[in-house]
Amino acid sequence: MINNDLYKRQYVIAAIAILIVAIYIVRLFALQVVDKSARERAENIALVHQTIYPPRGLIYDRNGELLVYNQPIYEVLMVVHDMNTKEHSFDTLTFCQAMQIDRQAFEHRMAEIRDRSKNKGYSQYRPQIYMTQLNSSDVAPLQEALYKLPGVSIRKRTLRDYTYASAAQVLGSIGEVNQRDIDRDDYYQSGDYSGRDGIERTYEKVLRGQKGVEILMRDNRGCIQGSYKNGENDRLPVAGENITLTLDIQLQMLAEQLLQGKIGSAVAIEPSTGEILALASNPTWNPALLIGRQRSSNYNALLNDPTKPLMNRATQAQYSPGSTFKIIQSLVCLQEGAITPNTLYPCSGPGSTPIKCTHHHGSPVHLLNAIEQSCNPYFWQAFRDMLEKNGYGKNNENFRKRYQLWVDDVQTFGLGQRFADSDLSEQSSGSIPTVAQYDKTYGKTGWRALTIRSNSIGQGEVLVTPLQLANVAATVANGGYYITPHLQKCDSLLEHVHHTAVDDKYFPVVRAGMGRVMTNGTGRHYALPDSIKSAGKTGTVQNRNGRDHAIFIGFAPLDNPKIAVAVVVENAGFGATWAAPVASLMMEQYLTDTIRRTDLFNRISTSVLNSNVKHY
Amino acid sequence: MSTRNSNNIFRQVDWLTIGLFLVLVMFGWMNVLGASYSFDQTSYFSFDYRSGKQLVWIMGALLMGFVILMLDWRVIEMSSYVLYGGMLLLLIATPFLAHDIKGSMSWIDLGPVRLQPAEFAKITTALALSKFMSGYDYKLRSWHDLLIPFIIMGVPMVIIMVMQKETGSALIFVSFFLMFYRMGMTGIVLLIGAAAVVLFVLSLVAGAWTAVAVVGACAAIAIAFLFYRKWKDSRKWRLSQLFIVIGFAIVSSVYCYACHFAFEKILQPHQRTRIEVLLGLKDDPQGAGYNVMQSKIAIGSGGVLGKGFLNGTQTKMNFVPEQATDFIFCTVGEEWGFAGSTMLLILYLSLILRLLSIAERQKDQFSLIFCYCVAGIFLFHLTINVGMVLGLVPVIGIPLPFLSYGGSSLWGFSILLFILLRLDASRFEKMR
Repeated sequence: MINNDLYKRQYVIAAIAILIVAIYIVRLFALQVVDKSARERAENIALVHQTIYPPRGLIYDRNGELLVYNQPIYEVLMVVHDMNTKEHSFDTLTFCQAMQIDRQAFEHRMAEIRDRSKNKGYSQYRPQIYMTQLNSSDVAPLQEALYKLPGVSIRKRTLRDYTYASAAQVLGSIGEVNQRDIDRDDYYQSGDYSGRDGIERTYEKVLRGQKGVEILMRDNRGCIQGSYKNGENDRLPVAGENITLTLDIQLQMLAEQLLQGKIGSAVAIEPSTGEILALASNPTWNPALLIGRQRSSNYNALLNDPTKPLMNRATQAQYSPGSTFKIIQSLVCLQEGAITPNTLYPCSGPGSTPIKCTHHHGSPVHLLNAIEQSCNPYFWQAFRDMLEKNGYGKNNENFRKRYQLWVDDVQTFGLGQRFADSDLSEQSSGSIPTVAQYDKTYGKTGWRALTIRSNSIGQGEVLVTPLQLANVAATVANGGYYITPHLQKCDSLLEHVHHTAVDDKYFPVVRAGMGRVMTNGTGRHYALPDSIKSAGKTGTVQNRNGRDHAIFIGFAPLDNPKIAVAVVVENAGFGATWAAPVASLMMEQYLTDTIRRTDLFNRISTSVLNSNVKHY
Repeated sequence: MSTRNSNNIFRQVDWLTIGLFLVLVMFGWMNVLGASYSFDQTSYFSFDYRSGKQLVWIMGALLMGFVILMLDWRVIEMSSYVLYGGMLLLLIATPFLAHDIKGSMSWIDLGPVRLQPAEFAKITTALALSKFMSGYDYKLRSWHDLLIPFIIMGVPMVIIMVMQKETGSALIFVSFFLMFYRMGMTGIVLLIGAAAVVLFVLSLVAGAWTAVAVVGACAAIAIAFLFYRKWKDSRKWRLSQLFIVIGFAIVSSVYCYACHFAFEKILQPHQRTRIEVLLGLKDDPQGAGYNVMQSKIAIGSGGVLGKGFLNGTQTKMNFVPEQATDFIFCTVGEEWGFAGSTMLLILYLSLILRLLSIAERQKDQFSLIFCYCVAGIFLFHLTINVGMVLGLVPVIGIPLPFLSYGGSSLWGFSILLFILLRLDASRFEKMR
């Protein structure tokens, strides 16, 4: 074996050493330079991104009264990967005792957390919400046992709380985001809260603020070992902005009290600004019921209530306007030259056909008296003359053109459509039937003024929401224009001015007629005290669901309107009996800051007209 | 004579090697600090912490190095067998003196410090091998001449493996094969070793059939080559080569099936899992693959330039096991990145190549053999340790020279290196 060339073997040995080091350098290159995933994986393992939730913006009423604020709650989080360490398996018994649940419930919930079809963002390395919306006494036992439970942590969050048990539909509520929210806006993560309805939803982006993040390091046992790079990459949360509403909480509460035991709604608007002063819908609930752990059970109770409390009747319920529509009818007929304030039409009393009057009054009447007396035949004849002004023409053309004109004019009062430039999230559009709709039902030549005569007195296919009615009252109060009704006190919302198609000069006579309703007509029993002049129009709407709906629209003071109101009480009877007093008391409260007609207040607020209405 | 020596020694000693040694040791200390640093740590130097202890071990190593350089080289050579015998007795006694630490019985308490005799056994074995194989009447001519060296090498190996259950420390003795090769053992042994490893992996990863096919293909190429060289070699030679190739192919094929069989039927399930995880046949991040997965993540997260000194999260948060000792390279990878770890590997390579060149300039067999023993030990440690951390070699718990935390291993490597330097320093006196 021996030979003199053995020294050459040093080169073989050196080559082996160089080869090994070269292989290792290539391997390092692959691990450290080529493979970019290691850093992310490492961060998932050693770094905990703790979200810091900002406080949500507070909500105030127009007078600076705090309505909605935050209360601390706690949630229990779990990092599934860390629960079972090499040395210990998870101490289920301790956990269940601290949480006061049984083993089955625990395992059921854990299976839910792990199920990626239900919990899409599941990762065994990231904290998952085990239970949320606990108060401090709920988590106290767990806090004490936490050292025995690796992977479990408690996070403080905030929930809403309410100063007044009022305005539930307007304020709305917050709830956990669903998968659709997460897909649509990457700001949200599973377990976040967002505004689900009402103001909370409309102003979600203003109220929520900006989440912060704190990056922490944790060791192999899941214990937090301090902040990563001294917090260099942390981000502080930005608190949500506060919002001031246009609501007057005193007026809102009064409206809700007056509607107790009834199904209905009341809307008050400041005519000069379009600011909504009150937006009450009954049945309603205490907004505090939809926070915390009882949220879902309470929500289901509300959802299943046959009186549909979750529906905001003030903006979503649609009714025939009844006699309150005569205000629009007057203005449109004046504008389109069908009548003048002095045009006389006969009223043949309750026996007249096909549109009868409900009671006897002097005949013939001119516009002022017709409004005052709510004379049905007058408005039918005015409506007919408006539509038939040019006759029917060939193929009904002339008539259909006039009807289109009427529709266009009526729509300029904000009817038949949602207020698109408003900040109200839940609205119905109401309905002003179009030419096309009637053509479809009757054929182009198959319908005449007589066919749609019920619309003349607000009983036909025309549908409105209480908010639209209040806006009509505000439009008349303003003498020809309205500012889109809105809920946030905000200068830019005041720029949404809409002029009606009716010339300003026709408004005074209608206002005068509405004033006479409150002195001589159907509203005379509910004139305001202190000789504050008011204007109004009652409506009593026949409907298929039982007794008539009571409706009232009005504004006060007559000469310098500060408040316009619309009230609807379902199946109550005469508008003059049940809607007018509600509106009148609201105007009194708003204009004088007090209620002096306490007997009236007591009588209305304690009357139960619908025994199904529950008080939540 | 001795005064002349002590005057001369600092002129004769190889300062380049000492420089590499100092750089490695100090870099090691920084990484021990990085790996064991905790946030409430008040001092880097306190003996309560690993970084403080390591500093004491470093001082001890420097002192030992100085003492060794002061020794006469003849004392070292002459005491080889005595030291070897003493070490064998100590290794046998260790399990009786030792406390059970993590199932291994290899630590002896000496007051405040604990020592692992196995770390020193490779020094005495290297000395004994050098002494025996440099004898006047010794010549490595055939396999018979390797018998006694194998016994010298095998006895401590068996004691460590059987009595102390330290497979990793025992495996180190295999590194002496590098020296045997340099001293004349046929290179086929290394080749067969390499082929055995490659075929083992191949037959498990790709199946026995594929491995046989590869063997067949190699054999075919070799035979074709033999025919191609027809005009150069004699017919007889070619025929003998042909038989060798065919024989080799048959043995290899049998071996492939044997591997497959042994793996499926003989190995315990947990051993099988370990091998499967290493070969990437099985993903088991919680079990056998946990350590290697964490170590690969830690290294990978370092990126090109690393996270910076003391900024490693994976190692500091204890995700990587044994991060100050056997897995110290993770800290290097995470905090110093590709740049730092490559630099470290090149430092090691420089040291090993330097030791090879020192070996070749020796005038006597004893020094030459000893130098190759040292170079082999360092190369073997480097290969196994870094390969394990990078997930290329099974998890075998052996330290990285000069970097891993621990007094025994640091002192063991330092003594090896300084004995080598001492021998080298007097190379001109030893004319033979």
